[in-house]
Amino acid sequence: MNLWLTAATHNATQVDYLIFALVLISCAVLALVFGLMLLYMFKYRAGSDIDRGTLPRKTWRLEAAWTAATLVAFFGLFVWGAKLYLLLFQPPADALQIHVIGKQFMWKAEHDGGQREINAIHLPVGLDVQLVMTSEDVIHDFSVPAFRIKHDVLPGRYEALWFRVDIPGTYHLFCTQFCGVDHANMVGEIVAMPKADYQKWLARSDAGETLAAAGKTLFMRYGCSGCHGGDGAGANQSQSTVRAPSLAGLYGSPVTLADGRVVKADDRYLRDCILTPARQRVASYLPVMPSFAGEISEEELLKIIAYLKSLSQQEPS
Amino acid sequence: MSAAAGAAALSGESYLTDGFSLRSWLLTTDHKRIAILYLASITVFFFIGAAGAALVRYNLIVPEGLIKSAETYNRLFTMHGVVMVWFFLVPAVPVTLGNFIVPLMLGARDLAFPKLNLVSWYLFMLGGAIVLYSLFTGGVDTGWTFYTPLTTQYSKGHVVATVIGIFIAGFSSIATGLNFIVSIHRLRAPGMTWFRMPVFLWSLYATSVILVLATPVLAMTLVLLAFERIFHIGVFDPTLGGDPLLFQHLFWFYSHPAVYIMILPGFGIVSEIVPAFSRKPLFGYTFVVWASIGIAVISFLVWGHHMFVAGTSLFSALVFSILSYMVAVPSAIKVFNWIGTLHKGFIRFDAPMLYALGFIGLFTMGGLTGLFVAALAADVHLTQTYFVVAHFHYVMVGGMVSAFFAGLHYWWPKITGRHYPEMWGRAGALIIFIGFHLTFFPQFILGYLGMPRRYHSYAPEFQVLNVLSSAGTTILAAGYLLPLGYLTWSLLRGERAAPNPWDATGLEWQTPSPPPTENFVATPVVTEEPYAYPRPKPQATS
Ligand code: HEC
Ligand SMILES: [Cu+2]
Ligand SMILES: [Cu+2]
Repeated sequence: MNLWLTAATHNATQVDYLIFALVLISCAVLALVFGLMLLYMFKYRAGSDIDRGTLPRKTWRLEAAWTAATLVAFFGLFVWGAKLYLLLFQPPADALQIHVIGKQFMWKAEHDGGQREINAIHLPVGLDVQLVMTSEDVIHDFSVPAFRIKHDVLPGRYEALWFRVDIPGTYHLFCTQFCGVDHANMVGEIVAMPKADYQKWLARSDAGETLAAAGKTLFMRYGCSGCHGGDGAGANQSQSTVRAPSLAGLYGSPVTLADGRVVKADDRYLRDCILTPARQRVASYLPVMPSFAGEISEEELLKIIAYLKSLSQQEPS
Repeated sequence: MSAAAGAAALSGESYLTDGFSLRSWLLTTDHKRIAILYLASITVFFFIGAAGAALVRYNLIVPEGLIKSAETYNRLFTMHGVVMVWFFLVPAVPVTLGNFIVPLMLGARDLAFPKLNLVSWYLFMLGGAIVLYSLFTGGVDTGWTFYTPLTTQYSKGHVVATVIGIFIAGFSSIATGLNFIVSIHRLRAPGMTWFRMPVFLWSLYATSVILVLATPVLAMTLVLLAFERIFHIGVFDPTLGGDPLLFQHLFWFYSHPAVYIMILPGFGIVSEIVPAFSRKPLFGYTFVVWASIGIAVISFLVWGHHMFVAGTSLFSALVFSILSYMVAVPSAIKVFNWIGTLHKGFIRFDAPMLYALGFIGLFTMGGLTGLFVAALAADVHLTQTYFVVAHFHYVMVGGMVSAFFAGLHYWWPKITGRHYPEMWGRAGALIIFIGFHLTFFPQFILGYLGMPRRYHSYAPEFQVLNVLSSAGTTILAAGYLLPLGYLTWSLLRGERAAPNPWDATGLEWQTPSPPPTENFVATPVVTEEPYAYPRPKPQATS
């Protein structure tokens, strides 16, 4: 029986400290509660003729004391747990992105280079990795106990997780949100390998096109280029009759919407622009962009988004 | 009337001998008889739910699952959850012990609305029958949480029928809650001010408020779910323009307070028993009362702690985390007050007290592990694993069921007029305590190691702990069958009980056991604080 769980990331070690602290506190409280209970049960059993003295009349001092003590301890635990939690949602800007799609009952992963895997994700040790996840059907949950992370994977939106693995190895990947008959088989492995091995693995895997290249083809096929221009540079290009914003340099930059909001153009934003454009119209453009919901599959979508991202990286100015 | 009642009481007649026909039971409006009807029904539901649990544990003895079909397994744990939550845990104490004891404790003739009380039993049975029908004709495989869009678009089972059953049973909860609230406001005996009310009444009052306010939200949510499933009206499914998280918000807005519906009555029971068997007033009575009210209020503000990994906003996660710690404070206060009550007492260890002490131990462990899952980062690792399963079983089964048994033994002589066999009672309390730990403690470790819940098969390294847990289940099952056996036996053979066998305070003890149909010969008058136990002289013997 193995009662130990590898802590393969920095976050995992930090979470373990928190859990160990909680275990210690619990043991102390249990010792107090069971100790007092057993002590009183023995000392004040009905048969014992020990002198009980008189009963205290006022109890509020004691009440106030233990209420205050629990409040303080609880507040400390809250802050500790919250600090670590918030870190999970602040991915470093240059994290390596891997795209994950959950579907009854498998995990599909796509790397930017076009490498695809099912129920396995290969990734490098020592680099920040961000997973951008979505589901094609019901809610799943991406959980890697060795990293102490877990997040629901929802249909219709992107959720992200990030981590940096310190220890190479193969770790369990579990779906932990009940998703139907074969939920228990929606498992896989995370293979964390040294950077050099990872590069070799990338090269060895049959990649085909990169995601961005595949995305470019789709960009043409779905007619995006008709409005946004052949290379996404948009605006008043000669071949385009509609005025549509330039998509070059868009990713990561702030966008002013028609309703006055300013939002950051991240994966989630790009996705929403394509599927539900009516919910966020870019300021000073006509609302002519059609919704592509139901037409573009999740896999195609992530390719198109990869293409849009590649546009921003090329952009010089 | 009182003269006639007096005569009846003197001649040894009771609510049990007031008519023997089936009709006199099925059309009764006597709260005591309705309590018995409920007791019989929830016992059946309990053992159906428990059978589901036993099969689930049986399956998990080997990694690949002893039950070959994953689908069957999924239906089993769904059935276990649905039956246990809505047809045992939520109603158990209010509709049985509450129904029986509340009017007696109030010094009243009956609840405020006796006919509504009977209607609520019929609603409960109708809902239960529909759920059982759907469970036994194929069942559902969604888990008791019915998460969308799995439930509305993908699941094949009898989702709508099950949901309708729960919907109907919900109205029975609302009716019971309403009945208690009005009764406690209107029917207190002369002299029983609010702060002379025993804590059991306060707890049921708080519980009823939650029942009345939270259950309608569940009802609406289930209707929306059924509508989306049948008519494809987009509410929760993103492909229809809905929001799957909306379902979770609505569902937990009911289901978290429901946890307190289950446990608050338990607090009440224990607060009666610990003073009675320590021969001392409850330590910090006012604090315990306000703690109950505090729990009822805050319990409505913590539902989001079920969604820390669901994709809600970070801000809401922070707020729900700190509020979850807040709701734990009043619970901690209560534990300390029960221990304070033991201090300088004259403690007797009859079966009700053993169950109550077991409750304090198990509930404390359940509560402490709640601190783990309220800490955001720790919850990310532990939620949706066996850790959570163990946590809520410690609270709901270890806590609530122990309290229920404590109360059942405590009031058994009052309800039936017979004593249960004391030695068997104590043995039962002990066996349940041990079997419980063996079943659920390994699950904390399993959860930490990462084993997800609701898995039909699992990675081989989890086997040893699973086998331990399943072994514990057999002991626990024996522990639960034992009371069924000796309590039934005592109905016929048990020693006759005096009106106040425990020498306890509380108006329910001032009338014969079992009480006459009218409850009291003369309306009792309350002149002192609750739990006014006289200090006994220490025995000079031994
Ligand atoms: C009929 C012309 C048209 C087509 C076809 C079209 N778009 Fe658009 N798109 C627009 C217009 C106009 C806007 C600005 C108004 C708005 O936000 O709806 C826009 C906005 C956007 C934005 C937000 C830009 C920003 O600056 O924030 C993105 C991203 C986008 N489109 C991507 C696409 C993709 C990908 C496709 C192909 C699948 C596509 N569009 C097809 C006209 C079009
Ligand atoms: Cu799953
Ligand atoms: Cu909760």
